Amino acid sequence: MEKQVLRFKVNGDEYEVFIHPKTLLAEVIRDHLGFTGTKRGCETVSCGACTVNINGFSVKSCSVLAIQCQDMEVTTVEGLEKNGKLSPIQRAFLDNGSYQCGFCTPGMLMSATAFISEAKNPTKEQMKESIEGNVCRCTGYNSIVRAIEAVTQGKYKEE
Amino acid sequence: MSHAKYSVINTHVHNIDGVAKVTGRATYTFDVKLPGMLYGKILRSPHPHAKIINIDTTRAMELPGVKIVVTGKDTLGIKQGIWRRYEELCDEQVLPLEKVRYIGEPVAAVAAVTEEIAEAALDLIDVEWEVLPAVYEPLEAIKKEAPTIHEGVERNVNVTRHIEWGDVDEAFEDADYIREDWFKCSGQAHMCMETRAAVSSFTPEGKLTVWASTQSAYYTQGLLAGVLGLREGDVRVLAPYVGGGFGGKFELDAAMFCSAVMSMKLFKPVKVVFSREEDFIASKRRTPMFYYVRTGIKKDGTFCARESRMFSNGGAYTGMGATALYLSGFFHSFPYKWRGYRYDGYRVYTNTLPSTSMRGFGAPQAMFCSEQQIDWICADLGLDPFEVRRKNGHTEGYEVPGQAFIASCGLEQCINEIEKWVKSKGKLPANRGIGISSCGFMSGGIFNWFDSPYSFSSAVVTINVDGTVELHVGCQDIGQGSNTTMAIIAAETLGVKVEDIRVHSGDTAHCPADLGAWGSRQTLMAGNAVKMACEDAKKQLLEFAYAEMGINIVYDLDIKDRWVHIVARPERGLPYGDLVKKALRAKDGQRIMGRGYYTPHRKGMISPAYSYMMQAVDAEVDPETGKIKIHEVMTAHDCGQPINQLGLVGQLEGAASMALGYAYLEDMPFEDGKMMNPNLVDYKVIKAPEMPEAGIIEIDTYEPEGPYGAKEAGEGLTNPTAAALGNAIYNAMGIQMKELPITPERVLKALREKKEAQK
Repeated sequence: MEKQVLRFKVNGDEYEVFIHPKTLLAEVIRDHLGFTGTKRGCETVSCGACTVNINGFSVKSCSVLAIQCQDMEVTTVEGLEKNGKLSPIQRAFLDNGSYQCGFCTPGMLMSATAFISEAKNPTKEQMKESIEGNVCRCTGYNSIVRAIEAVTQGKYKEE
Repeated sequence: MSHAKYSVINTHVHNIDGVAKVTGRATYTFDVKLPGMLYGKILRSPHPHAKIINIDTTRAMELPGVKIVVTGKDTLGIKQGIWRRYEELCDEQVLPLEKVRYIGEPVAAVAAVTEEIAEAALDLIDVEWEVLPAVYEPLEAIKKEAPTIHEGVERNVNVTRHIEWGDVDEAFEDADYIREDWFKCSGQAHMCMETRAAVSSFTPEGKLTVWASTQSAYYTQGLLAGVLGLREGDVRVLAPYVGGGFGGKFELDAAMFCSAVMSMKLFKPVKVVFSREEDFIASKRRTPMFYYVRTGIKKDGTFCARESRMFSNGGAYTGMGATALYLSGFFHSFPYKWRGYRYDGYRVYTNTLPSTSMRGFGAPQAMFCSEQQIDWICADLGLDPFEVRRKNGHTEGYEVPGQAFIASCGLEQCINEIEKWVKSKGKLPANRGIGISSCGFMSGGIFNWFDSPYSFSSAVVTINVDGTVELHVGCQDIGQGSNTTMAIIAAETLGVKVEDIRVHSGDTAHCPADLGAWGSRQTLMAGNAVKMACEDAKKQLLEFAYAEMGINIVYDLDIKDRWVHIVARPERGLPYGDLVKKALRAKDGQRIMGRGYYTPHRKGMISPAYSYMMQAVDAEVDPETGKIKIHEVMTAHDCGQPINQLGLVGQLEGAASMALGYAYLEDMPFEDGKMMNPNLVDYKVIKAPEMPEAGIIEIDTYEPEGPYGAKEAGEGLTNPTAAALGNAIYNAMGIQMKELPITPERVLKALREKKEAQK
């Protein structure tokens, strides 16, 4: 297979990369564009560390060929903050201590961000399910759920 | 002892690395990319036990893009181990010369311009093997006729450990009731989110710089220097952010070693990152243990004696397993007073993945056996499990004979709180039960098997002209929040705010040596070093304050919230920033600098201080499927004075999730030495939907040896959970779970056996 040109937006900016069609989105984000906030923790689409948002949906970027994102908009953890202002879920993570080693955190934030933008009065079970695909070995998840809960209850506003 | 009112300690402080972590700025070894960097991959043994007859690397070297292939012959062949003081326990060549001893053991390494080429080259390395007979279980490997795994090691016994106090036999004679049980405790993968990773860069002036995912930059520096024939000072180890450790990342690993060996030959940076599968099959695991436990007790519930024999599956090499052997035996006695106690532990080599330390350090296994057996004894004799634990539990001022002195102990309050909580739950529905388990844990080990000539912990603090503070520590933040804890202790001691402190850690070139993050040592040991360093700096500042303020020398001065003042008349003083400027001028422009250290002396055999806790697990069993649902976990916890409020909650909730995983989900089945589920699809860890509420009741105590009265939190709470779940199932279903993890199959088997016994 020949290399192809991929044009897409990442965190609001246009990018053009020349890639092998089998290249994963996770590789393009990290290795070609240098957005190393997105992590990888398995080879089996199991850990969620590489979760990003594609057109608003949370997706594990190791499960998507980059070329499938032609003309789409991808947001990574680096895209959550605007001009130095953290997003509500980022601030809620700080207040609730919802991270420890921090390696799963970018993926967690992306899953939570997609969930929060859609959820209407979600239950605790739904909040837990929203991060079901993300493994955290440090926190035991409850502090992450508390952060999601605080944001869905409107305790944090966009700055 | 009364607690002082603190300005910073135990207040709501954000983790000082928090913004970096929630914005993607935190750069882990996994993210490091250097100009001209090559990518390394490791060829691993497909055999559990085999002689290496020949390795032919010709075809691999011919692959375009491959820069080097190395085998054991390209190394100094030094046998290494973290128990550096004891030559016989340094038994592991990271790239072995003569034979392999487990499936997954490194055999050769390749560096190439891309990871894909390096991976492809592995298939082109031709290894000629002579396969040897292998043995996988300790009780088989210890037999006379078993194959020899390490030359000269009789019956494959790697290390033994005997612990004894009191007249055990006489104490057993006094017992009215004696019970014996056998238990089988499983291994567990640390499963750090960041797999083992290292980037090594060797330059022509003979200096090696290594970014490593490590729990101890100092250990990594020392171990690498040893196997590479370099001076420690010529090896710089950087570990800015580490994606989890849990006891699995303070030995020398193949990512560190192979990247360094190849970089030294090529003078180019080389990066090696383990795949998740490699991390499962070739990173040492929690030690599997077989326990025989015999306990003697009086009718009134007074403990007389305990005698235990433990055989652990050591796997192919020693690693930290020798320490786990000792600590398991010690904490198996916890948290109770035994007139007579005897433990004999045997760590046995097998042809499996080596075992080592993991959060809890042998104690979760020990407690699974001990705390269940105590409940069964209570049932046998009609005694109250709370009352029996209260009656025999450690108390302040108790000495574990010849082993440990207990200066602070909140065990009784923990038991009282959990008893109240359990009783408040009332009668539970069918198939549902609450189980309890208590335990204690150390606040840093006092052992020096690494033979460090440095203090166990050190800190250097310097104060800039504007009053900001540079705190240099060797303790390692692996996510547990030690940088924040140290910043809190520094801010409290100096009388400034957390945002005034910049913590420098994870760099052997700029930070003082420290043994690192293991054995729950950093809050107490590094915390004391930081406190001492800050007290030193503060004393120098206050000397100038006395001169500047012209006050009676008998007055006490202090600094709080950046205000230097007379303690008895807090309104009289001057701003901290002004004082710093003047002090600097008076010292001919030298910055104020304080130094602190901690090395334990006369603190017994194990640790300077012990945390205590009791946990209750509320669980339900589906009698049709054997499936377990955890409803809630509640813990009463004595960690002395809490320092880092958010960090403490996070550590305790995290411990509960890891310990629940160990109790009923995380299984590592091996067949003929091969791990059957080395991926995150088949290896089940707790995920958000399974995680129950895990509440905490903090018990107020003060530990005189700890900084501001603090002691261990976060590791010890992995100890009680498996036993508490076992006891919950016993209370719900009347079945005794003697094997970990408590899987649905094991539950169903126990239910069937119970039914048959009733017939």
